[in-house]
Amino acid sequence: MTAEAEYAALPITVTVNGVKHEAEVEPRTLLVYFLREQLGLTGTHVGCDTSQCGACTIHLNERAVKSCTILAVQANGKTITTIEGLAHDDEFHPVQEGFREKHGLQCGYCTPGMIMTAADLLRTNANPSEEEIKHALEGNLCRCTGYVNIVESIKWAAEKIGAKNVSR
Amino acid sequence: MFPANFDYVAPRSIDEALQLLKQHGDDAKLLAGGHSLLPAMKLRLASPQTLIDLGNVSGLSGVRLEGDKLVIGALTVHADVGSSDLVRKYFPGLVDAASVIGDVQVRNRGTIGGSVAHADPAADFPVILTALDASFVSQSIGGNRTLAVDDFFTDYFTTAMAHGEILTEILVPLPSAHSGTAYHKLAHPASGYVVVSAGVMVTRQPSGSCASARIAIGGLGSGPIRAVASEAELHGKLLNPSTIAAAAGKAAEAADPDDDIYASAEYKRHMATVLARRAIEAAVQRAAS
Repeated sequence: MTAEAEYAALPITVTVNGVKHEAEVEPRTLLVYFLREQLGLTGTHVGCDTSQCGACTIHLNERAVKSCTILAVQANGKTITTIEGLAHDDEFHPVQEGFREKHGLQCGYCTPGMIMTAADLLRTNANPSEEEIKHALEGNLCRCTGYVNIVESIKWAAEKIGAKNVSR
Repeated sequence: MFPANFDYVAPRSIDEALQLLKQHGDDAKLLAGGHSLLPAMKLRLASPQTLIDLGNVSGLSGVRLEGDKLVIGALTVHADVGSSDLVRKYFPGLVDAASVIGDVQVRNRGTIGGSVAHADPAADFPVILTALDASFVSQSIGGNRTLAVDDFFTDYFTTAMAHGEILTEILVPLPSAHSGTAYHKLAHPASGYVVVSAGVMVTRQPSGSCASARIAIGGLGSGPIRAVASEAELHGKLLNPSTIAAAAGKAAEAADPDDDIYASAEYKRHMATVLARRAIEAAVQRAAS
């Protein structure tokens, strides 16, 4: 038996963007690589790979987390949303629309993580102040330094969500 | 980056986890939120043979009141410590600390027990928990024991817990009336870790003088250091700006910090006095309201 064989793949079941997946993963497989390489969901990016930059942010059981610092086996039985699952029935999430309307991206590398963090913020705080938005983005780095428009995009999304709630 | 290979086990109960710890011996590591251990494994600073994931063990997270103590489950994530109504009511200083660890995503995943057991000298919770006179419940196959915070952090990344023990609960005694708590931190601008920090609990007498104080400083040594000279300076005195300044001035007296690439020892000692003053002021203000 080779050394590798001692670390047999483990079965996991995860629900990603509403679809249940049964898969086998090596224990050391990081969640972001499972999503990108095994499920082909390459919208979630690997940036720094050291839990600093937030490009790999996803929602695990509805909370924003860094998928480069979680093992795929730790996600067993849990629910995941990635950037690919944020739009519903061809309708973009307000944060996605906001990034388009307010030009919240330049190169786009940090964008999926920024959007996932912002969507989590607006879920728990529908009307954040500018200060709260900046505080929430503490764990997401943009190296084009487009933060001004990113904050504007999230404000736009908050207003859109607010308007929707009023009209209901 | 990815870690060296390991075996992964996910016990469903503490008893099962304890048996696995015994079975795998020193080659096994416990995994909580993984926000210190997994980065260390990715850098190959740690290469355990077996990871015992506590994530599926129920009953280890949440905050509850039990008699005259607040009980915080070891697997409670930082965000839930900071947003707990009980923590907000009794220990604003603990909320201060929970809110400045890492970033939003880290606080959604990292656990208070993991932080305490990891005993990073640049961590936030050990410092405020020292000020709050917390204690730690540790379970082993033989039973459980409770360790006082002043005996708990024994060296860099080292606690008084032995292999084969699992930290399950953090106990924080409820403060007496007219008490206030606060935590102030100078964070490293890149990593967000503590350069220097101060945690304070102050109790006022109705007259406005200090009935008792516990002050802990982080970043100046292998773990939190009690600023006993500052505590003694406050004791029995009227809590006015000059007393507070005099007490804060002694905050680094028991410490012997090292220079490092970011901050000199002298700067760290100075910042300890500044942060101690701010934290004492905030705690006194909260005690009055």
